[in-house]
Amino acid sequence: MGMNQVRIAIDGQALDVPAGISVAAAIAQLRLPFRRSVGGQPRTAFCGMGVCFECRVRIDGIAQQRACMVPVREGMQVLTDG
Amino acid sequence: MAEHYDIVIVGAGPAGLAAAEAALGQGARVAWLDAQVTAGGQVWRKDVRYGWPRRVESIVAKLLDHPNATWMPQTQVIAAEQNALLLQDERQALGVTYGALILAAGARELLLPFPGWTLPGVTGAGGLQALAKQGWPLSGRRVVIAGSGPLLLAAAATAKRHGAQVLGIYEQASQAAVHGFARTLWRWPGKALQAAALRCELAGTPYRCGSIVARATGNDALQLIEVDGPNGVQRIECELLAVGYGLVPNVELAQMLGCAMKREAAHPYVAVDDSQRTSIANVYAAGELCGIGGRDCAWLEGRIAGLAATGSAIEASLLRQQRLARRFAANLREHFKLNPCIHDLADPDTLICRCEDVPLRALENFDDARSAKLATRCGMGACQGRVCGTALAELGRFPRSGQRPPLFPARLSTLGDLPSPSDTEGLF
Repeated sequence: MGMNQVRIAIDGQALDVPAGISVAAAIAQLRLPFRRSVGGQPRTAFCGMGVCFECRVRIDGIAQQRACMVPVREGMQVLTDG
Repeated sequence: MAEHYDIVIVGAGPAGLAAAEAALGQGARVAWLDAQVTAGGQVWRKDVRYGWPRRVESIVAKLLDHPNATWMPQTQVIAAEQNALLLQDERQALGVTYGALILAAGARELLLPFPGWTLPGVTGAGGLQALAKQGWPLSGRRVVIAGSGPLLLAAAATAKRHGAQVLGIYEQASQAAVHGFARTLWRWPGKALQAAALRCELAGTPYRCGSIVARATGNDALQLIEVDGPNGVQRIECELLAVGYGLVPNVELAQMLGCAMKREAAHPYVAVDDSQRTSIANVYAAGELCGIGGRDCAWLEGRIAGLAATGSAIEASLLRQQRLARRFAANLREHFKLNPCIHDLADPDTLICRCEDVPLRALENFDDARSAKLATRCGMGACQGRVCGTALAELGRFPRSGQRPPLFPARLSTLGDLPSPSDTEGLF
């Protein structure tokens, strides 16, 4: 595609992804579940536009970030609890 | 310290962009903000692979370059006071004061519960479109699109463009209703062209009317769905299911400001006059907030609001076009009315509140949102009832309870800037 790549880490695993994609899209390259609900069920991005908060992950140490609202940056550290 | 602007515009979709363009054209100093990282809203969301539609790209570029415009991306309104907003961006809290406020917060999807709707792999229809444009991997994935309205076609076309194998589009409206709608399209030639282009792009993709996704199953992710249609129940294996039952206005900020509301079926929208003025003199609303009207309507109303908020004359032709666009929306609503059996898809164990995992069974004995929330935590999670509260209103259970600050989950440092109830000095 000729896009620039950036290197991020998801749960410690290095991943090269196209610059500009969302953190949600980056996690989905690896697997679907992003987190566990309060009842322990697997959950993933649902509304895609920052309304439902299902895609929450920890990004560079800050918890509860909506992965669908944040573009990837070089060196970004993403922690899921999926 | 709060920065002052002549006009503050909340939302950078078609309505917000048109409002900004109009207000800047009148020499106003304008701040425009959006929760997303790029302008365009949902309908003109920038696609990481294909960019913006060309027209949108040039509009956005012009606004970003304008010396009187301040663009605030990834910024949300946390609280509001008279002529002032408390905002939060990625790093900090900030205050703005305004001469006039234009609300252009758009709409979200109507997402309704059915067994299996919380499984990874199930998204909204517009949700899948948004995720595709963010770079969500779709190449070779088997995707089913379902729900209601023309958005399903747009979502399917985007998914295909990103390499998905779209197995089918399942529309809840009957074939008679959809054909009836198609027969009215000649009155809106632009819409007819748009529909024809989508049909071309989707040649070979099955489009089935009178069909409703009744159930999704899978272990840790979606594997199989059941579609209830005119010829009985069909089982389809797929990795992704995108279901959206239309749109609902994002009225939370308008409600908190105290703008008068009207109601379309179960969902509130902002009441405005011919110049898009709300019940509060210097607060305007445009586009989906004033009732779902679509992209063209949003653009026209944004322009009207931008002109009115700067005290400029509004051309009669603009008002005429706006009325025509509103009539199109009413026509669409009429033909794509929801089949009431969609309200009964959830079974007693289906989770209604996805944030707090509250099943329908737990809500049976409540008839207002507040007591249900206190007893079950329904609507108390991070989405603040935007999903479950809207769904329960649509299902005819109870309306959403009123909006209180913070409008979105906020950092403690941001909340430190909120006034205490006894504080008469104002926000800043």
